Amino acid sequence: MNTQTENKTQEVASKTMRISGSEAVVRSLIAEGVDILYGYPGGAIMPVYDELFKFQDQIHHVLTRHEQGAAHAAQGYARISGKVGVAMATSGPGATNLVTGIADAQIDSTPLVCITGQVFSHLLGSDAFQETDIVGISTPVTKWNCQVTKAADIPKALAKAFYIAKSGRPGPVLVDITKDAQVGELDFEYEPCKGVRSYIPVPKTNPADVQAAADLINAAKKPMIVWGQGVILGKAEEELKAVIEKAGIPSAWTILGASAIPTSHPLNIGMVGMHGNYAPNKLTNECDVLIAIGMRFDDRVTGKLDSYAKQAKVIHFDIDPAEVDKNVKTDVAVIGDSKDSLAQLLPLLEAKSHEAWLQEFKDLYAIEFEKVIKHDIHPVKEGLTMGEVLRQINEETKGQAAIVSDVGQHQMIACRYADFKVTKSNITSGGLGTMGFALPAAIGAKMGAPDREVVAIIGDGGYQMNIQELGTIFQTKVPVKIVVLNNEFLGMVRQWQQLFFDKRYASTEMTNPDFVTIAKGYHIDAKRVSKREELADAVKEMIASENSYFLEVCVEKEDNVFPMVPTGASVSDVRLS
Amino acid sequence: MNEEIKSYTISLYTENNIGLLNRVSAIFQRRHINIESLTTSQSEIDDVFRFVIVVNITEAQAAKIVRQFEKQVEVIRAYYHTDEQTIYTESCMFKIKSALLFEEPQIQNIIKDSNSRIVTVNKEFFVLEKSGRRHEIESLRRDLNVFGIMQFVRAGRIAVTKDEMRVTDMLMAFNNHNN
Repeated sequence: MNTQTENKTQEVASKTMRISGSEAVVRSLIAEGVDILYGYPGGAIMPVYDELFKFQDQIHHVLTRHEQGAAHAAQGYARISGKVGVAMATSGPGATNLVTGIADAQIDSTPLVCITGQVFSHLLGSDAFQETDIVGISTPVTKWNCQVTKAADIPKALAKAFYIAKSGRPGPVLVDITKDAQVGELDFEYEPCKGVRSYIPVPKTNPADVQAAADLINAAKKPMIVWGQGVILGKAEEELKAVIEKAGIPSAWTILGASAIPTSHPLNIGMVGMHGNYAPNKLTNECDVLIAIGMRFDDRVTGKLDSYAKQAKVIHFDIDPAEVDKNVKTDVAVIGDSKDSLAQLLPLLEAKSHEAWLQEFKDLYAIEFEKVIKHDIHPVKEGLTMGEVLRQINEETKGQAAIVSDVGQHQMIACRYADFKVTKSNITSGGLGTMGFALPAAIGAKMGAPDREVVAIIGDGGYQMNIQELGTIFQTKVPVKIVVLNNEFLGMVRQWQQLFFDKRYASTEMTNPDFVTIAKGYHIDAKRVSKREELADAVKEMIASENSYFLEVCVEKEDNVFPMVPTGASVSDVRLS
Repeated sequence: MNEEIKSYTISLYTENNIGLLNRVSAIFQRRHINIESLTTSQSEIDDVFRFVIVVNITEAQAAKIVRQFEKQVEVIRAYYHTDEQTIYTESCMFKIKSALLFEEPQIQNIIKDSNSRIVTVNKEFFVLEKSGRRHEIESLRRDLNVFGIMQFVRAGRIAVTKDEMRVTDMLMAFNNHNN
């Protein structure tokens, strides 16, 4: 053998090795930089768990108490870190339990790779034990999915999965791997996926569209920006800030856009949407140019479409061409990556300030403050309000905490009153509205950003939807702070029943267990407060704790969240009471 | 955009993947749109598949739905066209008792006049094949129905467009970029 051939053989030998499909799964994850994943073992995924055991010095598996918890934890991890979250489950019920988290990740554009075990390929279609068609079930809620039935196909499938999950507009993917593929052997070599010919993740921004957008903005007398999560996903916070400041444009955010620009920024005019702020909702119907950036005109944002910003020219920046004209007809669409297109926009903008226009927002804010905010965050009535709890958390964390909220009244209060200073600080289930999201998502968020304070804010209803994840917190000792705002109601539904169903409180009142005792059962420090004078100290103690901590705050039972744009109403008909 | 509901032919150029049909039909199902016909086949490009789907929708719906298709990872390109923008045809088959050929001599005229073709004949039955527009097929079916049809089946519309598709250019651009 000459030296050249010998070298070549050695090179191939070092690159490829004969291993099992399940080892290939774990090595592929490691090659993708995954050091943590969330999951739950079971029959059809056991060979992979066996390999995870062997590689536990390189990759940490977090055992959640339910597969839904695994999916949400992976989402929380992805949302705070910007990396791909990974969830793993067995076939059948293990796989179907992931589906809510997958659907949530799909509508909120969260990069997720879900790996499910599947029965042996010769059993597919035979109604085998724990067989379910998870590829069929997950198709409408995944960005991409596939089934692997041969060991040799595993590295390529996973490489493609990671590439698709994180590129372009991110989303969840699912790879279903039959048991024979896991136990079969292959010559392993990992090559990251660099492209898929049928898929253009980031369409190229057309400079002419950017110029057209700039022309409209420069000519505008009353421009208004509404930004969404696209700014955070595109890492375009600095670019957005520069655009806002140069052009002096009052700027509002959608629920998932929260925290991209600090709450206290003088041009930050608050949240739009059903429970958003008064001024940006009202003035959406008075601006002359509406600039939407990385948002998708959800019905909760627009209210009645026929009367949404009809007077305005609409500019829409988005990475996803399918969002253009989907709900709101645009005059100028700028397709592409938000960081890139905003950077192109900036030099074309004239430096301006719109003082009189900004003053209109300030005047309406003053009305909202008098009628709503003051009573929410500085209440004088006896019962505790959710708003004052948020105020207290802001004070103790100095706005540095990541707030993970669940779904309902407390979520709206958290988004309205949290004082965000750092991007990626608002982790919540926006599009799907998944109760039960926050507790597991907070676990993932804390693990994704161990240096950050992570405070989960949850209602008494949603808390009980995934309360089993206290077990995960106990076992991993992840120091998350859990605040349950307990009004002994499914509060948001009760609010609607009060306003639109003549106070017929059908199945919304909850008889709750002793939450403090439950937390203590998991050896988590816990406290309950029901009086205003106890609140500040309790929040201080919780934030000061280096361990996980549970705080139950018994709030007023029948408080409502305002402002409110009732379903089917125009944004300018936003109600203050 | 025109809000009139009419027939649109949606053409998809796709990878050949298990499960893609499910993904495609889910997009219609989720929007409560009924599929009038759906045909999949090889396209003019070797390893690229083509879906031809006919739906009755508005142009606004067609434009939105085509963007939803293009968003799917394994869809290379998606288009929508009106009937006027395509050359289209349908085909069908009839299975009829052979005895009728002799008992009902008009049948032979019907076959001749309709430009249909006998695929096979045996003692029991013969099979007739016809391609054309829907109304031609329907008229033939009505004519033959009088004598009794053992089986009838009509395939979905197939269509080519009058304008160019440029899918090859797109795939070439991808290959050049990645090589």
